[in-house]
Parts: sequence; C-alpha cells; structure tokens
Amino acid sequence: MYAQMVKSEASNDDPEKLAEFQARIDADIKIEPKDWMPQGYRKTLIRQIGQHAHSEIVGQLPEGNWITRAPTLERKAILLAKVQDEAGHGLYLYCAAETLGVSRDELTEMLLDGRMKYSSIFNYPTLNWADIGAVGWLVDGAAIMNQVPLQRTSFGPYSRAMIRICKEESFHQRQGYDAIRKMAEGTPEQKKMAQDAMNRFWYPSLMMFGPSDKESVHSAQSMAWKIKINTNDELRQKFVDQTVPQAEYLGLTIPDPDLKWNEERGHYDFSEPDWSEFFDVIKGNGPCNVDRLAARNKAWDDGKWVRDGLLAHARKKKAGNLAAE
Amino acid sequence: MNTEWPLWEIFIRGQHGMSHRHVGSLHAPDAEMAIKNARDVYTRRNEGVSIWVVEANNISASSPSDKGPLYEPSESKVYRHPTFFDIPDEVGAM
Repeated sequence: MYAQMVKSEASNDDPEKLAEFQARIDADIKIEPKDWMPQGYRKTLIRQIGQHAHSEIVGQLPEGNWITRAPTLERKAILLAKVQDEAGHGLYLYCAAETLGVSRDELTEMLLDGRMKYSSIFNYPTLNWADIGAVGWLVDGAAIMNQVPLQRTSFGPYSRAMIRICKEESFHQRQGYDAIRKMAEGTPEQKKMAQDAMNRFWYPSLMMFGPSDKESVHSAQSMAWKIKINTNDELRQKFVDQTVPQAEYLGLTIPDPDLKWNEERGHYDFSEPDWSEFFDVIKGNGPCNVDRLAARNKAWDDGKWVRDGLLAHARKKKAGNLAAE
Repeated sequence: MNTEWPLWEIFIRGQHGMSHRHVGSLHAPDAEMAIKNARDVYTRRNEGVSIWVVEANNISASSPSDKGPLYEPSESKVYRHPTFFDIPDEVGAM
C-alpha cells in the first residue's frame, strides 16, 4: 500500500502495562500521543505513517509532470487541485507522525537519504495524458481500499488524518476515471492510449498492497495493534473485484488472460504481479527511483534559503516586538 | 541553532455561530505564515470562516495519568443532571 512491508518492532515492555494497552485497543479506545504505549507500537507507527506521508509527497511528482500539459484548462485546474490535495495529505500525516516524537526535519531527511521508503508505485513514469487518468482511477482507487479501514486505526492522530484524507480521496479517483473515460470513448488512437495506460498500471497497482502476508509475523502484530486492519490479500482481492466492472464499462481489457469470475468463491481469480519486479523497485531499481529522490532533494536544497530567510525574519520581528514592549 | 520552523496548532470555525475546533497542526516561521498555510492545508473545501493559530509549545495539556483525580469526582454527582429528579406528570413540562 502507501505503506508497504512495514516491519513491526518487538516490544520489551512491562507485561502488565502491555496487557492493559492491548485491552484498550481491543475495546476500541483510541490511543493518544500522551498515553503510555509500547516502544514497538511507537516505532512501527512512525515508520508506517512516515512512509505513508512520504508517498503522498513523492506521489505529487508523476502527476505534477502533466500539469503544464493537461489537454484543457479545466483538466489543468482539476489536476492542480488534486496535486495540492496530495501535499495536504502528506502534511496531515507528517503531523500525526510528529505526535509520536519524531521531528518533521528528521522525517524529511530520512526520506531524502533513502533510510525511509515511499510506495513502489511512484517509481513508475507517467508517459502521457492517459496515464494521469489511470493513476487517479487505479492508484488512488487502490489507496482508498487501504485508507478507508485505516480510519478506524487505534492511534487517534493517525485515525483523524485518515478521516480527512478519505473525505478528499474520492474526488481523486473519480477525476481519474472521468479523464480515462473521455479517452476510452474517444478516437481509436485515444482508446489505444487508455488501454496502454491500463496495461502498464495494472500490475504495479496490484503491487501497491504488498506481497501476501499470510505468513508474516509483523502483519499479525500490526493487526493486533489495529494499525493494520486487513491483510494485503484481502485488500487486493477487493480492489480487483471492484475494478473489473469499471474496466468493462470503459471497454478496456485487464491485461491478465487468467482473470475470470469464480462463482464458488464469489470473487475474481487473477494473476499475481511479478514480485521479483516489486522487490527490485523497492530496492531502488525501478524506472524512476533515482529521478524521484533527486527531485525531492533538489526541492529541499533549493528551498533552504527560503526556509532560513523566513525564520530569520520571524526571529528579528519577534526580537523587535520584545524590545518595543 | 535549530532551523526547523515552529509547530502551530490550528483551530477553525467551521460555520458562523460555531466555536473554533482543533483541526491539526503545521509548521510555519510566524503567526502570519501559519494562518496563510492553514488556509491552504485545512480550508481547501470551504471548511472554515475563521482561523486561529497557536504556537504548539504555548499549549499546556492535562496528563493522562490525572484522568482519575480530574474527572472521577463528577461521576458520583448524578444529581447535576436534570433526569435525576422525578417530576410528576401532572406538573407538566419542566
């Protein structure tokens, strides 16, 4: 998902406090920043929320790429609003992570020097306008699958951030579907572009949920803490079931010859993505990893004089006000 | 010297007649920029008609361990609620 393969930390805490903590979570009582929490819970959440925040921020790049080249003024305004939302989502999440005792600058630096990850999906390029439709429809659609249940997560600030995000996310998916629908219903060339975008984004979208976590110990701990609500496989299945009819409506073909409805299960059967590709992208070898990190580093470095200047100005003004008192 | 912008807590009045409500936080060099940033981060969809910003380190909060001493005393004072008193039907609405 936006936070993939988050390793959960073991806890070395007082068993009595741990049991009390777990009882609160089981009773659906939210954990707030000043409450006692196991070290492992704190560390895992910083990693998970941080990774999610980084994904929102880096996720602006593939779409920002097309703002100046949107086909109409209206599409441009919509895309601009969507990308601005992503910045907002990143900020809500950074704030939630900061309540756990990590600073914003630390989080930023960990992204910039590669110590923290962002979602694998944003290491794929957006080659043409149809890709922008596919990203909104499929990538945001996959994100929503994970974010809706996370509104019920046990950590108060994270849950509140997710509630705000979900309110805005539906716009993202719908504008994407609207954009790709326009192309799917357009000239044969446009339809071909829409199909090509679908072909390239289908498996990377399935990868967003992360590998099967049937055997994963981390996943069991995170689920007990209610910082992960569904398994990766459950969410992936739900996404496929939801997306197939949407693709059919558009007259687009899902690039999976083995995709078919399974009457017995009441779900679609589908092919797994190529997990070796996923691990390769996570390791930094995707088509755009280098570009993405370079762009974030450049923005951070180029913005330094602005950050420093505004802070110096604020301090000077404060000192002036104090002197005048 | 720490060069991270200070953290501000943001409060927004959603509609006329309502009180300001905490919506989240953000970083800004000063109050003026905090209000500008709050407008971009928290009111992109007509969520507010007024913004308050407070530097986070100026907020004092009660501690979770004080929950008992602070709030338990009111639990035993059920007579503070109007439903504690039986009023005969004959008396009518009160």
